[in-house]
Amino acid sequence: MQSSATLSLSQSAAASTIPKSNYTVNHSLPFSPSKPINLRFCGLRREAFLGFSSLSRSQPPQSKIRSDKINSPISASLSDNGSAPKSFDYDLVIIGAGVGGHGAALHAVEKGLKTAIIEGDVIGGTCVNRGCVPSKALLAVSGRMRDLQNEHHMKALGLQVAAAGYDRQGVADHANNLATKIRNNLTNSMKALGVDILTGVGSILGPHKVQYGKLDSPGNIVTAKDIIIATGSVPFVPKGIEVDGKTVITSDHALKLESVPDWIAIVGSGYIGLEFSDVYTALGSEVTFIEALDQLMPGFDPEIGKLAQRVLINPRKIDYHTGVFATKITPAKNGKPVTIELIDAKTKEPKDTLEVDAALIATGRAPFTDGLGLDSVHVERKRGFVPVDERMRVLDFKGDPVPHLYCIGDANGKMMLAHAASAQGISVVEQLTGRDHVLNHLSIPAACFTHPEISMVGLTEPQAREKAEKEGFEVSVAKTSFKANTKALAENEGEGIAKLIYRPDNGEILGVHIFGLHAADLIHEASNAIALGTRIQDIKLAVHAHPTLSEVIDELFKSAKVKAHASGPIVNEPVAV
Amino acid sequence: MALFLQTTFLTSSSSLRQKPRLSSWASHISSSRARTRVHAKIREIFMPALSSTMTEGKIVSWVKSEGDKLSKGESVVVVESDKADMDVETFYDGYLAAIMVEEGGVAAVGSAIALLAESQEEIEEAKSKAASSSPTPSPAPASAPVSESTTGSDSVEKAVVVVPPSTSAMASAVHPASEGGKRVVASPYAKKLAKELEVELGRVIGSGPNGRIVAKDVEAAAAVATELGSPAAKVSAAPAVQAPPGIELGSVVPFTTMQGAVSRNMLESLSVPTFRVGYTITTDALDALYKKIKSKGVTMTALLAKATALALVKHPAINSSCRDGNSFTYNSSINIAVAVAIDGGLITPVLQDADKVDIYSLSRKWKELVDKARAKQLQPQEYNTGTLTTYSQFLF
Repeated sequence: MQSSATLSLSQSAAASTIPKSNYTVNHSLPFSPSKPINLRFCGLRREAFLGFSSLSRSQPPQSKIRSDKINSPISASLSDNGSAPKSFDYDLVIIGAGVGGHGAALHAVEKGLKTAIIEGDVIGGTCVNRGCVPSKALLAVSGRMRDLQNEHHMKALGLQVAAAGYDRQGVADHANNLATKIRNNLTNSMKALGVDILTGVGSILGPHKVQYGKLDSPGNIVTAKDIIIATGSVPFVPKGIEVDGKTVITSDHALKLESVPDWIAIVGSGYIGLEFSDVYTALGSEVTFIEALDQLMPGFDPEIGKLAQRVLINPRKIDYHTGVFATKITPAKNGKPVTIELIDAKTKEPKDTLEVDAALIATGRAPFTDGLGLDSVHVERKRGFVPVDERMRVLDFKGDPVPHLYCIGDANGKMMLAHAASAQGISVVEQLTGRDHVLNHLSIPAACFTHPEISMVGLTEPQAREKAEKEGFEVSVAKTSFKANTKALAENEGEGIAKLIYRPDNGEILGVHIFGLHAADLIHEASNAIALGTRIQDIKLAVHAHPTLSEVIDELFKSAKVKAHASGPIVNEPVAV
Repeated sequence: MALFLQTTFLTSSSSLRQKPRLSSWASHISSSRARTRVHAKIREIFMPALSSTMTEGKIVSWVKSEGDKLSKGESVVVVESDKADMDVETFYDGYLAAIMVEEGGVAAVGSAIALLAESQEEIEEAKSKAASSSPTPSPAPASAPVSESTTGSDSVEKAVVVVPPSTSAMASAVHPASEGGKRVVASPYAKKLAKELEVELGRVIGSGPNGRIVAKDVEAAAAVATELGSPAAKVSAAPAVQAPPGIELGSVVPFTTMQGAVSRNMLESLSVPTFRVGYTITTDALDALYKKIKSKGVTMTALLAKATALALVKHPAINSSCRDGNSFTYNSSINIAVAVAIDGGLITPVLQDADKVDIYSLSRKWKELVDKARAKQLQPQEYNTGTLTTYSQFLF
């Protein structure tokens, strides 16, 4: 990954404070870059959760950005109503009402911007309709099924459970109903706040001008001071793979759960493939992973990946082929099963042919940016992604930011997660309303909702060690086991570890990885700490309730050995209630 | 998946021999630590004795790999004893420097199976020591575990019993694939089971869609009783050959640990005074009772065990043992062990306090024990605390 491009200034080797990572300027005057400020432009973590290496090298040399361009967004938004730009229909138009667009819209309204949002399909986009929401519903079901079917586990608790079964349609309905509910909530929340929802496919006609309507027909035109592109992504299907929506499917189809095959091959062992393997094996299917790299779960910290394999794959009805590509997948027809031809990833020689009941393509997601009219603003996409800088400003083919144009979420490929999209949206709105803001992606946590869950924030151990070598600091690792946690043992879920990667000289947290019960919830202590620049010595004396799973994190911080001392007095004043 | 988390060294209370061994070993380590050179911090990881009758163990799998960091108490390796598979933990922090006995290999109890280096620098040193040590094969000790004097010395020149991976997993060259020479199509679970139960997939006919081999086909092939039969191949006309799991005639195949234990124990039993009695019993009442409660999950095995236990209450002399040739040792509980054939050999799960436990709980417990025995997951106290052993001709 890219190492953080720190500015010339301020960062001394044994810094007494770690600058807050999401930096905001609380004054409205443009600042000159020569003034020493603790600015931290943090690096990108691309490998996590990208099924294929995608990011463009569109980042121009820093100096270009630093020149006068920085003034324009801030000054433009400062102009009051009545001067030249007053002819705009809206202060802000957002193309795409997914999670990113929605997050930006809500924040914009809160900051007083007149906002419209354009949506050509369903409100909520992928996350609500074809992603996070239905998949979590299915995973909730699979988690319960797994528990109920684990006779050994139940017996250890003293429980007897009659054979548990499920009704496929009932499970599918749960997911669908949830998606509908959330979609309605999203729509209503925007309507209630006065965001105009414009229906149709949006595209850019030129600076400040957006068209929306049915595809290929002259639509309505609106003008806006600023435009945010938030069109998201779609499942990526490599060539040679024929998707029929019934036996060869993508996550879009899988989440409808129209059938539960006896044997399903999952192409791609990233978090999407892993979550689906959890769902399918709990519902009775057998799974075969097909992974192009030599190792399963390549995006995770390797130690976590190894343990995850021991718990999530080996004891389940799952086998795998690594280091192979699926060059040709033919759907089932006339009684013949789905056939998958595998070739060796390096030598390209044919390796094997699989015959399975179904195949799920989980090889990552491709940006949905066709037809956006980017040519009209001289923007060239890089492999479909819209190039942006760290302020989410769209860059033209020369590498200069296009004024008043931003792109957030999956469409820019920086970090393809729902909460990253809305965080980016908020960052943009902050900039539009006078506060410069650069989002620190290293403080954004990520989670995989298998059973047990996996979560992470910051760098993996190899990434941290690489950075340490380059920048010349020491890296230490602390680990705790869920086996030592009372609550985990009470639930008979002692399988899991938490890992902290940190700098022993100043207590900076470089990364935290958790594998275990409720890992996705537990990670936030760590991500908050990274976002606020909190160091281990400042946080290790904080009290955690007992008995809770959070004590795993408490133990983790307490077991870290930091040479620096806690800064500032320990606050012990009584709290007035 | 990893099995059990308890420390392995202290198993049942009856294996008294292990306790003193452990403490003397531990104390010897500390004394040897004082006496060895200060900078040599390379320890050996030993093959532990997991039961009082174990003399050697087979490495099932290494949980950690060379170069991994180890924390005290972490599982390092899974070992197959004569009775079950157990997790072995490390007693020290450090790094797994060198694995001296690979998966599938056999080592005598007490011999070193891996080296643990305290710091990363010593890993290289340990590796080279492991490589240079001459592996002189010594005969597997028949009785007592290796004496303490061989532990803790400047370690690595010790002889290590390294047996090449057991060839009892049928390793013949070419097996005719089913379905006219095409590749074998088997579901993931079928493949896992085949590996576990040592079934040659090529000789199994598939009953799944398009002749796919599914889990139950593998289980059927591995079952001892051939009456279980093979499901008729409906879809494709596959040759209906039901071969026993690939025994190659004319070959010499060494015993597995379990087969070895059974053989030894059987030989030992020949030296015990025996008295044979035959008796005909009319079982009308038993059959009637069985019919009544069969629906509640009670098996004949459980019924017989219960009946035997109740009889023993009245005749405690039968529930006693003679250890020294001079006295009765009356056992305080009546634990009926029932011999179970499992793949690869024999084991005797124990129904503890069979006289006191009600018939329904007994049946449930029995089912649980059989499942565990088949999965080789029995705990020591579940198979070596029997006070009276029975055999049953009834299938479960």
